[in-house]
Amino acid sequence: MDSFALLLAATLNSGTVLAFAALGLLINERAGIVNLGAEGMMLVAAVAGYATAVHTGSDWMAFAGGAAAGALLAAAFGVLVIWLNTNQYATGLALSLFGTGFSAFVGIRYTQEKLTERPSFQIPFLSDIPFIGPAFFRQHPMVYIAIALTIALAWFLYRSRAGLVLRAIGESPESAHALGYPVRRIRLIAVMVGGALCGVSGAYISVVYTPLWVEGMVAGKGWIALALTTFATWRPARVLLGAYLFGGVTMLQFHLQGEGVQIPSQFLTMMPYLATIVVLVLISRNATFIRVNMPASIGKPFFPGS
Amino acid sequence: MLKLEVRPQASKVMSVMSPVLALAITVVIGTVLFMLLGKDPVRGLYVFFVEPLKSVYALTELAMKATPLILIALGLAVCFRSNVWNIGAEGQFVVGAIAAAGVAMTADKDTGRWIVGAVLVAGVLGGMLWAGIVAFLRDRFNANEILVSLMLVYVADQVLGYMVYGPWKDPAGFNFPQTITFLKSTNVPKLFPGFRVNIGLIIALCAVGAFWVLLFRTYAGFQLQVGGLAPAAARYAGFSSRKALWTALLLSGGMAGLAGALEVAGPLGQLTPYVPAGYGFAAIIVAYVGRLHPVGIIFSAILMSMFYIGGELAQSRLGLPKSLTGVFQGLLLFTLLACDTLIHYRIRWQAARPAPKPLVAGSIGGSPITGKGA
Repeated sequence: MDSFALLLAATLNSGTVLAFAALGLLINERAGIVNLGAEGMMLVAAVAGYATAVHTGSDWMAFAGGAAAGALLAAAFGVLVIWLNTNQYATGLALSLFGTGFSAFVGIRYTQEKLTERPSFQIPFLSDIPFIGPAFFRQHPMVYIAIALTIALAWFLYRSRAGLVLRAIGESPESAHALGYPVRRIRLIAVMVGGALCGVSGAYISVVYTPLWVEGMVAGKGWIALALTTFATWRPARVLLGAYLFGGVTMLQFHLQGEGVQIPSQFLTMMPYLATIVVLVLISRNATFIRVNMPASIGKPFFPGS
Repeated sequence: MLKLEVRPQASKVMSVMSPVLALAITVVIGTVLFMLLGKDPVRGLYVFFVEPLKSVYALTELAMKATPLILIALGLAVCFRSNVWNIGAEGQFVVGAIAAAGVAMTADKDTGRWIVGAVLVAGVLGGMLWAGIVAFLRDRFNANEILVSLMLVYVADQVLGYMVYGPWKDPAGFNFPQTITFLKSTNVPKLFPGFRVNIGLIIALCAVGAFWVLLFRTYAGFQLQVGGLAPAAARYAGFSSRKALWTALLLSGGMAGLAGALEVAGPLGQLTPYVPAGYGFAAIIVAYVGRLHPVGIIFSAILMSMFYIGGELAQSRLGLPKSLTGVFQGLLLFTLLACDTLIHYRIRWQAARPAPKPLVAGSIGGSPITGKGA
């Protein structure tokens, strides 16, 4: 029973990593931009966050550092894609390749660094409830912030005027442009906010989740987050649920290893990646369903006046 | 202010000049980076662009690194031209290497040299199998090939890990995660005694010719490209997009697998966890910088190999991390994509005007409502 509570707790923790990144990518994609650079942004943000944590000792500064790094890279991506009309897939890929190399390059001196002992968090009283306490109420504050962010984002997209404009741009940039909205500027903001959230996710990995810096430590979580937005048919609440589901799959491998299940560890490590493929297959099977839910202008450049 | 204006026709000159321009910008950024790191930029550039060309040995090493890049990039060029986004060549490379190793390990001391052929064929089939999964899931279930092919890279790495830590571990290898060293008879023949470069280079150059013919002189190649450029036109002409998908993925998977086989039965000589060296990802850059053209790919593969060798030299000579290679490779693709804008657009200097001109058809770049560029 206790180990199950710990599994739940670990699932929430691991899901939070994916949730931040996928919510960020959701904002991008709602504005019609796919950023395949998520992996690269998260890696650079992981180094930036880790370095900030090492030098300042503050987790919150680390998240801010990660967010800044993510937003900066996303801005470079955004300018290329939005103003220079480069291919979104190729440019995102370039960002991922660059981020992988760059993070390894600047991170090399942090591979030996260690963070000081992090404080453990718990919510008074609630955390003392048997089972429920250790499972849900002894988490890092970011876990709860991710939930709040999901609610806020759902409100923003469906209940606010700005959210309506964002969705309009994602569906038909031409119409939004004709109405007088600065399509490109709004897209850039969406891309940068997306990058910042990917950055928070990256910093969370290196500062809280793992916590250390190793080359390539994001290990495909950026790509899984990209798959999550499709899986969630571009809806915030489903993104969060999907993130927890994948968090659970990731954590299950450690749980199974702990239980002494006789499966080679490599096959357990494979599970999140295989699960991503399975989920993509299940969700994409119905092409109409995807097309109905997908922002219509996704992946297509918009050049006003042409 | 600067404005982009659509060219009536794509510029052929810019299409060739863009990689050169991108390289120039990358070099400038590299120079600044060396200075920021407190290294002599001249020495830094020397290590990347001169040393890899300085001796016969250096040149053969360069050719050896370029071989897998050429092979993989050729396949990817076909993919990207047909608008199939296979970015998991790295995984196909690894599975090709595993399959090739499986055959190589069956050799005993009486096995003839024919085994090399079998090793290479196994590599091709392994790569095709891995890419075939992507094609199948895309074709049958409409699953996004970008994500599936990429996820399969991580799966392939784990399969490799399982093999070398598990069933294929060399019993006499002091518990190192590696297979036995393959017998001499399985090794890809070398071109010259004393140098590591092998017949893989000849195979790669032949493949360049074959892909050129395929792309520009056959009906099948034409169909693939139309499918990529204008899917609607291809549909109208009755070209099967399914066929294009399978062809592109199986071809590129096979090429990546072949590269993996040549690597494992060539310079490596055994299977280790270090087989995935990032060639599959670097080849994406090679394909783009080479303009998705077989001949262009030769040049860009050589350039990318210089980055690899330069990175290694920068580590030993300048004390810089080897990952500098990845930084430059990523930068090059980034700047290339930016420069490619000039193929389809030209930059016009336009004085900022307080009031918009009367609305005329074709007033590009300005919003009729706000009167300024969005």
